[in-house]
Amino acid sequence: MISFNQVTKKYRQKVALDKVNLELIEGKIIGLVGENGSGKSTMLKLIAGLTYPTKGEVLINEKTVNRRSASIVSYLSELDEYYRFYNVEKTIEFYASQFSDFDPKKAYEILTFMKLNPEIKLKELSKGNRGRLKIVLSLARNAPIILMDEPLSGLDPMVRQSIVKGLLSFVDLEKQLVLITTHEIRDLENILDEVIAIKDGTIIGHHNVEQLREEQNLGIVEWMTTIYE
Amino acid sequence: MSDLFRSGEPIYLQLAERIKRQITRGELQLGEKLPSIRDMGIAVNVNPNTVQRTYRELEGLKIIESKRGQGSFVTDDEHVLQSIREQMKKEAISRFVQGMREIGYSDDEIQAGIESYLAGKGAPEQ
Repeated sequence: MISFNQVTKKYRQKVALDKVNLELIEGKIIGLVGENGSGKSTMLKLIAGLTYPTKGEVLINEKTVNRRSASIVSYLSELDEYYRFYNVEKTIEFYASQFSDFDPKKAYEILTFMKLNPEIKLKELSKGNRGRLKIVLSLARNAPIILMDEPLSGLDPMVRQSIVKGLLSFVDLEKQLVLITTHEIRDLENILDEVIAIKDGTIIGHHNVEQLREEQNLGIVEWMTTIYE
Repeated sequence: MSDLFRSGEPIYLQLAERIKRQITRGELQLGEKLPSIRDMGIAVNVNPNTVQRTYRELEGLKIIESKRGQGSFVTDDEHVLQSIREQMKKEAISRFVQGMREIGYSDDEIQAGIESYLAGKGAPEQ
């Protein structure tokens, strides 16, 4: 469904990704792990069509990614760029107006599940509730590809748990692929189908997680310790 | 929340084991409907693809059966239940005995130890 063919991405002289090859197939939840600056976010932006490869190509369903790919890719980086004076309800309306696959009914279901008050203004949301709102907005789209950049980062355990449950409850793996970058592997390890490790712009490992456990008796964290040494 | 499962072993097998125990303990009755794949995934925080594999594994063992359009059910075959109970008993005993032998106990000591445990102060709490 998503292919990287010999993708190199440079920002001025700095190489963010170096000749990356990757194939991702639909119906999976995939974790992308690696240190800050390793190239994780660049990969998401390339899939979302927010930046383009310096060399090589990124394909979705055999078509080169471009700006219009946003119509089939749900990608939320930062919530801070939204209109801070909007309340939650208005933000949902705004999203519904921007994306034809945005399902307001689903948005309210997730909202209720996350116990978010639709009246509250974005600038008044706590960090945890901003994290929850991001999940509402990205999962309410019936997009074939959902990208999440550090959805659990800096959130307390209760919020992390509600986000993981929300993800499991509202993602439709018959039709969707989810790619998540994360440092919080423990929270996500049981819900990932695959894990990809990236270091200095290069993919250093890509595995089916159950296979890692079955064939090497390794959990994701233990596996990472072996490959990052 | 990851506490339910050990990290270095396949989750689909651990979940299958968990369901088998629920059956042997009677928490899941013969013929009872299992949660849908999605609901089971949400309940134990596991990917639905993994739950699906667990259900397939248990179907292969004839412990559950899926009825088209209705979901998955615990078998209503008493013999299957008996054989799971027997098999799990053997596995538990074998693990225990192996552990005791590794510590260095003789079979007589193990047997005597169990008898006194069951008869006396070490009887099951609860």
